[in-house]
Amino acid sequence: MIDLAASSPAVQAGALVGTILLEAVALYVGYGAVEQVAQPLVERITHT
Amino acid sequence: MEPFGIAPAMLALFVSFGFMVGVLFGFFGMGGSFLVTPALLVMGYPTRVAVGSGMAFVFGTAVIATLKHRDLGQVDYKLGGLMVVGTTAGIEVGSHLVYSLEALGLAGGVIGVTYVFLLGGIGVFVSYNALRSDGSDDSGGGGHHEVANQDIDPDDIPDIAKQIQSYRVPPMMTLSGGIQVSLWMILGVAFATGLLSGFLGVGGGFIRMPALFYLIGVPVPIAVGTDLFEIVISGGFGAYTYGLNGGVDLSIVVPLLAGSALGARIGSAATSVVNEDDIKIYFGLMLLGGSVAVAFQQSAGYLGMPVLDTIGFILIMLSAFMVSGAVIYSTITTMRARSNASATTAD
Repeated sequence: MIDLAASSPAVQAGALVGTILLEAVALYVGYGAVEQVAQPLVERITHT
Repeated sequence: MEPFGIAPAMLALFVSFGFMVGVLFGFFGMGGSFLVTPALLVMGYPTRVAVGSGMAFVFGTAVIATLKHRDLGQVDYKLGGLMVVGTTAGIEVGSHLVYSLEALGLAGGVIGVTYVFLLGGIGVFVSYNALRSDGSDDSGGGGHHEVANQDIDPDDIPDIAKQIQSYRVPPMMTLSGGIQVSLWMILGVAFATGLLSGFLGVGGGFIRMPALFYLIGVPVPIAVGTDLFEIVISGGFGAYTYGLNGGVDLSIVVPLLAGSALGARIGSAATSVVNEDDIKIYFGLMLLGGSVAVAFQQSAGYLGMPVLDTIGFILIMLSAFMVSGAVIYSTITTMRARSNASATTAD
């Protein structure tokens, strides 16, 4: 296990940016999967 | 139970606010420094945390919006890379201008007035041009999915951009849509936008997006996508810098991103649905609202009336809420009109 609290500020800041990047990509992929499922529903709404 | 160490009501507020900013960010490629940092300051967060967390949030949202624009073929990486180089140099010079004005005791006033007039000026210019050309575009919608691989109609290129493209100083660069522009012109435009961005101390999406369209001639959806790509780099660097000094609070960034991820997807996708002129009108209205709001906030300091600061904040939030609502409404009505038209054709 890597102890980030004991690492240098540069490593901590890099890990922080990496975490945000990972969260952004995960959210993008996650919402993309939801969109695939919800697409037929959206089309039904736009047709009404 | 308090996820991320904040109350559920506050969590819902962050997610909703993130959604609204995400729509605007994906649609215009701007709105981060405009909305998030002032909101966090009003909520009582220290300036360092408000700016640092705002920057980290902008970085994350820009990543999501850029990924969506990339899927739609609306990011010109070569142009984005060149813009980063020119913008960085411009920001450096702009920040030195601020130091010089500070030494003369003029920084606050000059920057405030420039910011208000620039926001208002770009807002009026973009709205006027969009209203003047409204109706001339018979495409009936954005429909720019394939735009990156297609040569654009010369009639769609603004006159100033045509003039800039006519200066054929080598090396010439071929950009999305088959546009040819001198490398030096791109760097010059990037430097000028960076100069203003550094001078005003803002992200600069509201300057860069119209500059890419009106000065270089890049179609609006690609201008938005490329601007967002640039924000990924500058936002990532900013988040890292503030992260070094403990200025990024993940309990703020994570819920904001959860909301903006959905908003940015919708806003980015909307650029390929909504008519290009409508995008410009909404952009102009957003800037005009921002201009009035910033004027109120600037006046608060000079007149010693903190209430004007609050009015400015409410105005900016209201205009952001109304414009993001209009973007969603316009997207739904355009999609409905398209599906009705295709159903009629099928009959």
